[in-house]
Amino acid sequence: MVARAPIIPFRPNPKKRKKLVSDAVLGMVLFVFVEIMLFAGFISGFLIIKARAVGSVWPPPNQPRLPFEETAVNTTALIASGIVLLIAHRMFLKGRGLGGSPAGGRGGQATPRGSSGGVLAGFGGLLSRPVGRILVAATLLGGMFVALQGVEWLALIREGLTITSSTYGALFYTIIGAHAAHAVAAILALVWALLRLARGKLTRDVLSAVAIFWYFVVLVWPFLYFVVYL
Amino acid sequence: MVEPAVDLTHGEAHDDHADHGPQGWLKYLWSTDHKVIAMQYMFTGMFMALVGGFMAYVFRMQLAFPGINVPGFGAVSPGEYNALVTNHGTIMIFWVAMPVLLAAFGNYLIPLMIGADDMVFPKINRLSFQVFFVSTIVILASLFVEGGGFAGAWTAYPPLSADSTYNLTDLGSTLWVIGVGLEFVAFLLGGINFITTLMNSRAPGMRAFDVPIVVWMIVVASILFMLSVGPLLAGAIMLIFDQTLGTGFFDPGMGGDPILWQHLFWFFGHPEVYVVLLPAMGVVVEIITTFARKKLFAYRTVIFTIVATGVLSFFVWAHHQFIAGIDPRMANIFTITTLLISVPIAELCFIYIATLYGGSIRLTTPMLWALAFVAEFLIGGVTGIFLGAAGADIYFHDTYFVLAHFHYTFFPIAIIGTFAAFTYWFPKMFGKMMDERLGKIHFWLTIIPFNMIFIPLFVLGMGGQHRRIYNYDQFPDLAGGVFQDMRELATWSLLIMLAAQFIFFYNCWKTARSGPRASKNPWKANSLEWTTESPPPHGNWHHLRMPVVYRGPYEYSVPDREDDYWPQNEPDGAPLQVVDDDTGEQGR
Repeated sequence: MVARAPIIPFRPNPKKRKKLVSDAVLGMVLFVFVEIMLFAGFISGFLIIKARAVGSVWPPPNQPRLPFEETAVNTTALIASGIVLLIAHRMFLKGRGLGGSPAGGRGGQATPRGSSGGVLAGFGGLLSRPVGRILVAATLLGGMFVALQGVEWLALIREGLTITSSTYGALFYTIIGAHAAHAVAAILALVWALLRLARGKLTRDVLSAVAIFWYFVVLVWPFLYFVVYL
Repeated sequence: MVEPAVDLTHGEAHDDHADHGPQGWLKYLWSTDHKVIAMQYMFTGMFMALVGGFMAYVFRMQLAFPGINVPGFGAVSPGEYNALVTNHGTIMIFWVAMPVLLAAFGNYLIPLMIGADDMVFPKINRLSFQVFFVSTIVILASLFVEGGGFAGAWTAYPPLSADSTYNLTDLGSTLWVIGVGLEFVAFLLGGINFITTLMNSRAPGMRAFDVPIVVWMIVVASILFMLSVGPLLAGAIMLIFDQTLGTGFFDPGMGGDPILWQHLFWFFGHPEVYVVLLPAMGVVVEIITTFARKKLFAYRTVIFTIVATGVLSFFVWAHHQFIAGIDPRMANIFTITTLLISVPIAELCFIYIATLYGGSIRLTTPMLWALAFVAEFLIGGVTGIFLGAAGADIYFHDTYFVLAHFHYTFFPIAIIGTFAAFTYWFPKMFGKMMDERLGKIHFWLTIIPFNMIFIPLFVLGMGGQHRRIYNYDQFPDLAGGVFQDMRELATWSLLIMLAAQFIFFYNCWKTARSGPRASKNPWKANSLEWTTESPPPHGNWHHLRMPVVYRGPYEYSVPDREDDYWPQNEPDGAPLQVVDDDTGEQGR
């Protein structure tokens, strides 16, 4: 069939539209919303089961109490880690603390290569840069939180609080365990970001996405701490 | 206007942007192309529809002719009957409606309709299908383990679902929960992709209100899904712990609360209805505007309406629990919100009718499906009013009235909506035109039996026939007479409807073998997917010819134009030239 049709112009180069929020950051923010709803589900479950406890006695009488005071140390480590990461994140976004040379242009561009060579040599370069040092500190503080949580769990299990000992124990291990799993995943993501930084391949978008996930893990913790432990 | 410098004919123009992905069968394992992933979702979903349809056939035979040796299955035991109805519901919603409407058409249409070359996260998209595929294997495997498939109804209310002494299968119920959980993870990954792609990858010139409604609907549905699925995942984790570790989250004897599961489930479950409804509603918009040659009535109102529906859908969930022991004052509140949510949906139906009014309607096969969707869904919606009102629901709860009501919503969504979309975009997806005559025969042989299955079930439900009974012979009030006749009528109609689906498969096979080739734009529609080849190449458009958008997608029958349609990528006042529609060759 032959028809008269208009000439359609085209875009010679696939021009990308200006993005309000980068792909990686937007994707991570959406994911964090799902996670918030996941923990909202857990917390509402906790509150409902707590509300219908026998004789309104909570925690159940024959179960050990959660160490609210000792856990303040863990909480401090976690929040400190979040603040330290925030500092590193802001420095990286502004292109400071990379050993003198500023990061590349707007979003998505790789930072300059610190040192050529293997991963180990890369780690040397990592610690020589302020951003690298601060990021390592944030990761270690996060690791400290997880380790202290593990120690606390071992003590509680020795005292007789297990996942089947009562709904109290079940809720504690499920909710706090879910948070711990998220913390471990976030630490692994931070380590991955560090490896990329060491190889000079870390982009602003990737660090932002990883950092947003870690902020979520940090910020959801106070809610869990005050609802579950108190 | 500048003459395009690149060669418009097919062939070598694409070579520099040819399929970089794996070839052959590996393509279907590792491709990141959104069109391939869409096909994977679609065919997996269609296969699962056959599985779910077979289950319906087996238990409908048992209901109409109790104790019969069902051909192809054998005699149905009570435990098997429960497993069949449970998995029929689960599969039809989570493995048919969701993958086909949301994942398949979302994947296929979003990049094409917004002028992008692919999703923003192609590898996450691939992972999404792979997780979904594993979940399919898990749910199918759960049917064959010791003790048979899970038999605690698709809503999986504890304590029935939490204790294997009640649901009669240990591994089956755990596999069921794991399968559903994996499936949610798959759609989560897909949903993140859909939303980010619409936000960030639209063609230059495409503003928020130039996006085709179906894309808006799929994205709003993804947002609803992502905001509602968290609590259910939390509940699923607790349910798995109850099943495997022996915790007592939902066991009142151990201090748990079985109603807690119902809240967590329906907080997801009701928005889920709109998650699958909205894509189908969007498909209907595209079809009725194209075949009525009318501009969509009230474009912006449609968008505000679906957002309102989405918000309201989070506040209606307890209408599933009116007789579960919730506070009657709470039932009043949820009655009001439930009746309120019918307002935006009715608004959408009126908008569709207003769009059709005065149009030059062409009753093609996709148009028939789209019109049938509106008519049938209306019946589903109106009967929902009775169930949303707590007073009437106390009588109707757990009768066949409920069953007929939600089949009148889900069947239009999952089956009619899918056939509408499939027949409408078939020329684009496969480059061939389907046989219209066979398509219409298939349409009528599906729609008439569908009504003859479920209208009798409404009557049975009003007569007081309870839903969860394996053999009515043991209930003298329900066993004989007109009740039995209506059960048999429903079953015979189902057999006709299932048989009619072979016409559809024959049509697909015949079209694939000898159907006429489809041109770029066989329906003379406006949106961007019709400006590329049928089927579109890898990357959707030649990388030097990505589209630019000048207007909204519903400019049909515009006055003072030679054509009655005005594609989105055509600038105002572009000079005319001679173009061969089929090959795209140009001359002056």
